[in-house]
Amino acid sequence: MGDPLVFGILAIVAIVAALMMVTSRNAVHSALWLVLNFATIAVFYVVLNAPFIAMVQITVYAGAIMVLFLFVIMLLGAEQLRGTGVSSRGERFHQAVAALLGVMLITAVTLALMNREGAGGGTAVPTMPITSPQELGLILFETYVFPFEVTGVLLLAAIIGVAIFTLRKKRGTAV
Amino acid sequence: MAINTLSQLAVYSLVVGFIMTFVVITGFAYTTLLERKLLARLQHRVGPNRAGYIPIPTRGGKERKLLGGFMQPAADAVKLFFKEDMTPVMVDKWTYFLAPIITVIPAIFILAVIPWAGFVPYITPEGRDYFAIAPGINVGVLFILAITSISVYGVVLAGWSSNSKYAILGGIRASAQMISYELAMGLTVLVPVMLANSMDLGVIVEGQRGMWYLFLQPIAALVFWIAALAELQRAPFDLLEAEQELSAGFTVEYSSMRFGMFFLAEYMKMIIFCALFAVFFLGGYRGPFVDQVPALGFVYTALKVFLGLCVMIWIRASLPRFRYDQLMSFGWKVLLPISVVNFMIVAVMIVLVEEGVLGF
Repeated sequence: MGDPLVFGILAIVAIVAALMMVTSRNAVHSALWLVLNFATIAVFYVVLNAPFIAMVQITVYAGAIMVLFLFVIMLLGAEQLRGTGVSSRGERFHQAVAALLGVMLITAVTLALMNREGAGGGTAVPTMPITSPQELGLILFETYVFPFEVTGVLLLAAIIGVAIFTLRKKRGTAV
Repeated sequence: MAINTLSQLAVYSLVVGFIMTFVVITGFAYTTLLERKLLARLQHRVGPNRAGYIPIPTRGGKERKLLGGFMQPAADAVKLFFKEDMTPVMVDKWTYFLAPIITVIPAIFILAVIPWAGFVPYITPEGRDYFAIAPGINVGVLFILAITSISVYGVVLAGWSSNSKYAILGGIRASAQMISYELAMGLTVLVPVMLANSMDLGVIVEGQRGMWYLFLQPIAALVFWIAALAELQRAPFDLLEAEQELSAGFTVEYSSMRFGMFFLAEYMKMIIFCALFAVFFLGGYRGPFVDQVPALGFVYTALKVFLGLCVMIWIRASLPRFRYDQLMSFGWKVLLPISVVNFMIVAVMIVLVEEGVLGF
């Protein structure tokens, strides 16, 4: 378990990055703050003794997914939010829904933490420390092999769907 | 050297990291010189030979000039530092200033896991098997893949923030290229991991005691090398800075040392990828008599890196640049299938050997 000081610093960085991501008016800046947030989460995993998950977090989220996000933002030229701070009716509705969901999430997490045995905050300590990639692989392919396979099928379906959509666009015919 | 507590290890890593970064940055300076000299020789020119030489008087009164040009990197650095540092008006300030830094940092990060030598008495902490900034990371290979996957940001942001069509075209080409070749590289890196049965780079080196993985897996080595060239945006994959089409790609709006930092990152990554190739396929720090004199490991690593750099420069001098569609189809339709099939064959072979069906 990590030092409370380390946890505090990381938490501040993560929260500030997340807030900046939401409030930034420039989509590219938002994406960059999100990258910082993901990277901080990865450091959290390292502190929690899960280096494998940390590396996967950086590779998949901070690396692949956010690069694609940036790519899309740049290609569409959608860097700047339109408008001058005056929000339209639709935007206000979205803001209200987002705020409501946010409050619900915070309440749920707080309640869950308060109802935990041996009350008090803090992060959960994993019951079974998974430190090496070998152990993680064994658990994934023995204990949790069914959920793993289901996830694989889901992702495959997504990939095939994307391929079908692009092919249809290209040839102008349904596949 | 005994290291017991976590803070001692942190101090050790900091000191070693500082020294190794310094060594590699010096290496960067001399890699530029090596590149210019070697390219010149390959093209039947002399290359830079004015800045700095060791005069050796001869009997005729004229002096022979030895090692002409060895101060060229210093001259280049002075020139870069004293150039005017211009910031174009319409750039996105924050990202424009951050981009060169974001480009250099991943290059330095990868240094952390590279084993430079085996267990050398006095400078390797006891209980660790090899000399590195952070020895004994059991996810070393994943760490490298993670860092290479974020190293694309610097180039993309430089292209975008410059607010110039040449720069953004360069940046977008770069990101597409790096994403495409990362896959092939990741899959080939898994081959040494499977053969050594570990993601620790030191264990991978020790696994090549009997035979280098280059001879066991020549296809994987070749794919890794090609993908590394593409990751580095070296010739023949340097089309994000294709001068004829994009003037200079993403660096076009940068001047002075900000421009220099992109080159610092590029050449540092050249050194690092050569070191990684050595670790994965050329037996890393291993060589004759390294068991008796462990400090020889530094020499062997340096030699292998030097060899790799020479091959890179040689390739740059010989091959013309790919076209963009050729690059993409080569990456996705040739390299990726080869690496997938190779990976599966190796996996099946390893299981067969373990089960005793195939005898070795």
